[in-house]
Amino acid sequence: MRRLINQHPGRGASLALGALPFIALLVVYIVASHLRLAENPNDKLLPALGTIAETFHSYAFEEDRRSGQVLFWVDTWASLKRIGAALAISATLGMVLAVAIGVVPRVRAFLSPLLGTIAMIPPLAVLPVLFIVLGLEETAKIALIVIGIAPCIARDLALRVGELPREQLIKAQTLGASTWQLIVRVVLPQLWPRLIDSLRLSMGSAWLFLIAAEAIASTEGLGYRIFLVRRYLAMDVILPYVVWITLLAVLADFGLRVLRMRAFRWAEPER
Amino acid sequence: MARVSVRNVWKEYGAQVVLENVRLEIADHEFVTIIGASGCGKTTFLKMLLGMETPSRGQILIDGEPIRPEPDPDRGVVFQRYSSFPHLTVLENVMLGLELGKSKLAGRLFGGARRAARAAALEMLDSVGLAHVRDRYPAQLSGGMQQRMSIAQAVIRRPKILLLDEPFGALDPGVTADMHELILRLWAENRMTIFMVSHDIQESFSLGTRLLTFDKLRHDPQSPEAYGASVTYDMPLTRRNARPPAALSA
Repeated sequence: MRRLINQHPGRGASLALGALPFIALLVVYIVASHLRLAENPNDKLLPALGTIAETFHSYAFEEDRRSGQVLFWVDTWASLKRIGAALAISATLGMVLAVAIGVVPRVRAFLSPLLGTIAMIPPLAVLPVLFIVLGLEETAKIALIVIGIAPCIARDLALRVGELPREQLIKAQTLGASTWQLIVRVVLPQLWPRLIDSLRLSMGSAWLFLIAAEAIASTEGLGYRIFLVRRYLAMDVILPYVVWITLLAVLADFGLRVLRMRAFRWAEPER
Repeated sequence: MARVSVRNVWKEYGAQVVLENVRLEIADHEFVTIIGASGCGKTTFLKMLLGMETPSRGQILIDGEPIRPEPDPDRGVVFQRYSSFPHLTVLENVMLGLELGKSKLAGRLFGGARRAARAAALEMLDSVGLAHVRDRYPAQLSGGMQQRMSIAQAVIRRPKILLLDEPFGALDPGVTADMHELILRLWAENRMTIFMVSHDIQESFSLGTRLLTFDKLRHDPQSPEAYGASVTYDMPLTRRNARPPAALSA
């Protein structure tokens, strides 16, 4: 018998093992829901899958009677726009700051302490400030996410620049590289895959801040809807929304991973 | 042309003296090999020639001009490790020096200029025996191939001085012999002055035209950092009888 650390499951077995906890969770839910509903058919806590499907159908494929909109897609689009814009702004800001701080010692001395301090501000604590200054519209929500994740991305990437072997930077200079050329030919290209890693890690916080902002002041959005229907204990709306948010996050994560593998073959570990 | 004058150079870090009073006149097209115990300042000396470190006292001149206090294309370098760019293929690594030299803003060439640089880089790769792996990334090469690439990358910029910091230290003995042949050929073809730090005494004698050993002249057991190392042996080598004397090979 080989040691446990040397026993590798095959491809099929891996898939089955990975699926098992999901199936188990689903079964537990179905059984628990069934038991509760058997006792009290009006129970709202664990709605039957059929009820959830019905409600989801009305949200995703029928127009809302009051607004005339298909709420599920309106919410999804609103949230994706916000998080997309925030991620794009954070990535740009993070890259620019990281390169400037990582490459130019003067900029590092100038900005690094400030960045370290800003990164420590709890973003939710300044949310009221954002609403007061920027109003209740989109800007404040996007700003919250950016404030939440951009400093972390910038610091993470600046560290990655610092990890580039000094030999590389010296070698580039002996090949005639100016500071600018060093940035565009040596530092930036090696930072792209790190940016993707950093974005993947920030995704969780980005959703957190998005939903927090939407919960407090919004008129549509996935987070807004969840907190709106919470008053009616509408678990049949909340649960599919949570599943959908999770699915979107998983897909975004997967997409970034594939992008990294395709676009930066050199950065993949050798197999 | 690259005559190097080292005039009374000292290097101190606070109270610690690393090098003291190094004085050398190196003629053009010399192949200088440098040996010495570890921590005796030979790498520091190389770093000063490169511009990574500046002397605490004294000065270093190239062809009568003080060296620039930062690395520049006059002085090429090959380190023991990490001196290639992992995100560029072998060909792109070798082309990089040409592209940086000609394209100030983008750092890359296009069209005819790019084809010319590519052809020059391919020729260089051919001469170091790497043409067949030109599209691989450095991480996919063996240690010996990586060093060949790194040498090609440095030499294509035609530096006046080539600095080698234990370039073959991590290689297998069989590979090292090939590398010796390569570096001697490139040295003969391109009129450069070479400084090579090595820990292999045999190699230092067989490659060099001049051998320097760095060691401490004085030693204070109470405070070992009080005195720095300097050049203790400075011998011209003739290629015919390049054998280490018994005292050194022991």
